[in-house]
Amino acid sequence: MKRRNETLILRADPILCDGFGHCAELAPEIVTLDEWGYPIISTTPLGAARSTSLRSAQLAVRGCPRQALWIEKVEQRS
Amino acid sequence: MSIATHTLPRVLTGAGPRPLTLQQHEEFFGPARMRRDLLDELGRSGLTGRGGAAFPTAVKAALLRDQHARKKFVVVNAMEGEPAAHKDYTLASVNPHLVLDGALALAGAIGASHVAICVAREKTVMINHFERAVHERERRGSLGVTVEIHTPPGRYIAGEESALVHWLDDNETLPQFRPERPSILSIGRAPVLVDNTETHAHVGLILRYGADWFRSIGTTASPGSTLVSVSGAVARPVVLEIALGTPIREILAAAGADTAPRALLLGGYGGTFVDGSAVSTPYANELLRPLGASVGAGVIVVLPQQSCGITETFNIARWMANESARQCGPCAFGLPALAESLGHLAVGGRDAKDALALIRERSGVINGRGACRHPDGVVRLVQSALSVFADDAERHAAGHPCAHAGHSRFASVPRLELEHELVWE
Repeated sequence: MKRRNETLILRADPILCDGFGHCAELAPEIVTLDEWGYPIISTTPLGAARSTSLRSAQLAVRGCPRQALWIEKVEQRS
Repeated sequence: MSIATHTLPRVLTGAGPRPLTLQQHEEFFGPARMRRDLLDELGRSGLTGRGGAAFPTAVKAALLRDQHARKKFVVVNAMEGEPAAHKDYTLASVNPHLVLDGALALAGAIGASHVAICVAREKTVMINHFERAVHERERRGSLGVTVEIHTPPGRYIAGEESALVHWLDDNETLPQFRPERPSILSIGRAPVLVDNTETHAHVGLILRYGADWFRSIGTTASPGSTLVSVSGAVARPVVLEIALGTPIREILAAAGADTAPRALLLGGYGGTFVDGSAVSTPYANELLRPLGASVGAGVIVVLPQQSCGITETFNIARWMANESARQCGPCAFGLPALAESLGHLAVGGRDAKDALALIRERSGVINGRGACRHPDGVVRLVQSALSVFADDAERHAAGHPCAHAGHSRFASVPRLELEHELVWE
């Protein structure tokens, strides 16, 4: 029952990130870039397994040249 | 004469031309006794961290007590990177022994083997005071723990707790990214308790007189006294010890400041501007929260009617942008860009209208995207300036800057360091 409240979000380590911008190419629905090329990650949770948003988040994680991205499980605040 | 009988000053008791010696200190306060229930007593006293975040000291200490490690550290954060704050300096030049009492008591309570006192290496007087105090203690007998004085470079960001611990661990004053909160900082594998100098001094008093004595002044939600550094439109910048909940007007009057100011900067250079009408508000976190402000590090900068808030904000933001550790993109590029737009707005030239729009856009984008809270502080400052000085901003943007634009200098800002002068280790 507890698992219902858990959702996934994409997170970035701001120190590792060097603004390559690959994440915005690979996951445009989740990541937008600011005027300096650094990612702004949307705070809406990713969808369930096999959803498009989770799939593109995984691509962004794998495609990050600095390995600064990860997908994190969070308790959803109700 | 016993301190328990009078109310204020507390931590500044015995202020004189020289810091108290160990003997004088014990005449004033009596010998420090170790108490087993220190953390419970701290919990009941409601003491919160005086470095800015106002986190309950007992909760943080209990978190560290529950860590199982062979070695633990207690860090006294006397870096005081805020240019407008002088409370740690004042405390060190009045009574460094009180700070040591607090640090040693906390070390005993959490089972720490090391106490590290961190003072910016530029502040040689303060280093002297602490060295003398530690030496006096060591001459009397063993302290039971290793007490060391460390001197990191005195940059604004060096006082941020994760940057400070990073320096102790690896000689770099760069903040660390801590994704989960609350996080426990560590030197190697040894967990670290970081508290502000003033917090340690309050612990040194609660140790002796107890929680009820501590709560006898202040408000219910924020009990006790605090040190405030008043600067700006004052005859002379001062550090005062006040009971929390004292109306700001009384603080200003006691400091000899302008009691009908245009605006006040509260908290620090990552703090908030409030309108001059806020002088009737009591100085306590829970009562300042509706104004979006907080006590922060106890900084009050008074801006008189003859000042330009936009210019002041620009000066502070430009300096804060330069103090960035340049680790995270939004801070390294965003803050200078924000400061640049503020500069255009302050001058009120042909770029001013676009600059105002850009400031609004950029300050909305940067918040919460750095490893530490440095960019968030600057954004908070800029956004509060835009709401408090909204009319001024509009007039600047329309090309009619106020009479004091460009040369209003009430908030003291150090010289900007050049890129090649930046020292991180």
